[in-house]
Amino acid sequence: MTKTKATRESAKASPEQMLYADLLFYGCWIGIFLMIITYVIYLAGVLDPYIPLNKIPHLWRLSVDEFLHEANAPHGWGWALLLGKGDYLNFLGIALLGAMTIVGFVTLIPAYVRKKDWLFVGIVTLEVLALMLAASGILGAGGH
Amino acid sequence: MIKRFVQWMQLRMWLAAACVVASPAWAWAEAAGAAAPESNKPWWFWPLVLFFFCFILGIIAVLAGVGGGVLYVPLVSGFFPFHLDFVRGAGLLVALAGALAAGPGLLRRNLANLRLALPVALIASTCAIAGAFLGLALPTNVVQICLGATIVFIAILLATSKNVERPEVKTQDAIGMALGMSGSYYEESTGEVVEWKTHRTLTGLILFIVIGIMAGMFGLGAGWANVPVLNLLMGAPLKVAVGTSKFLLSITDTSAAWVYLNKGCVIPLMAIPSIVGLMLGSFVGVRVLAVAKPKIIRYIVIVVLLFAGLKALLKGLGIG
Repeated sequence: MTKTKATRESAKASPEQMLYADLLFYGCWIGIFLMIITYVIYLAGVLDPYIPLNKIPHLWRLSVDEFLHEANAPHGWGWALLLGKGDYLNFLGIALLGAMTIVGFVTLIPAYVRKKDWLFVGIVTLEVLALMLAASGILGAGGH
Repeated sequence: MIKRFVQWMQLRMWLAAACVVASPAWAWAEAAGAAAPESNKPWWFWPLVLFFFCFILGIIAVLAGVGGGVLYVPLVSGFFPFHLDFVRGAGLLVALAGALAAGPGLLRRNLANLRLALPVALIASTCAIAGAFLGLALPTNVVQICLGATIVFIAILLATSKNVERPEVKTQDAIGMALGMSGSYYEESTGEVVEWKTHRTLTGLILFIVIGIMAGMFGLGAGWANVPVLNLLMGAPLKVAVGTSKFLLSITDTSAAWVYLNKGCVIPLMAIPSIVGLMLGSFVGVRVLAVAKPKIIRYIVIVVLLFAGLKALLKGLGIG
């Protein structure tokens, strides 16, 4: 490692890194705000929950397989069909948090293409594919 | 007046530390009392306890310089009535939310570096997916034993590892050079621009396979492992290692969190108070950090981790 007399300008983050940072900032706080709002809606009983609140303390002791069976709860993207229910509405904020990194990576691809940095175009593309594969629920489908 | 304020803050910090040490014992006692299969506690009891517990945990995690997930999973799985599957799901979301909130500031100041993070993230996040499936496929007691052993190992690692502020890297290796793993950041304390580059890149990348699997398998944030590998092995300055590690968690934990979410391992009633409590605690922790004695807090956390790790081990062995 070397210490240089370079200016502070040279140590600034790249434009694509700044774009990613801005995107994460807004997405993360919108997600957390959404989680708080939907949780209040859930607990206040504005929307009926799919699983009654007083049943949950008996269910969270079970393994996930037993929980899904006992509660007749969905897995995969099944929650998206139950957004009208107070409990599953909470998944909106959670899913937004999970989507932020994927969206951020997609914005990096054009920046690296413009720089003709093909190695990083490949790395970012593979990362997007891996995250989308995990998010899709295709892997391990039919496990329950 | 300032002295009195400092004393006041120190008193509260010690109170918070005492609470986090006492909380497991208290929660344990509560859990033992509610050991009957049909709990007689109202539905709001455990989420409320969890919220306050996570709030204190958030303060302590910042003071001790560890991620929330590494404290959350062993303590909550050991002392709260939730099944390990849901604790790991919530633990990943806790670590993910913390990493996403910290990411923008670190990226803007170039303390988290995309050139360093992206190749490592690709390896760690794909392995975290495999780790998540492995963790959900193995019997709970086996995962609990492995978790306990890992937590005890982390406690020993925290007690013994000595990070280097600015490791000396004489020549960059071929892989590090090909990936452009170098950069610079502005050191505010000295007013200088510090340039850095990596070495031993291949070994580092191989270790991230193991780190990714463990992160996904146990639902832990993996900052405890990321920082030593980036700093001690690959030669990134400590600030860059810590910043890039925190940012890395947002990628590694995203992949594993989706697996847990798709498998149905997220119960909003307990996951949301965990995330919000820990994040609020982290904000308070950052303010307390200015007047706290982090070294003492770090020792307390090491003791708590040892305790939680042994509890998880015993639980997995059917003794606890």
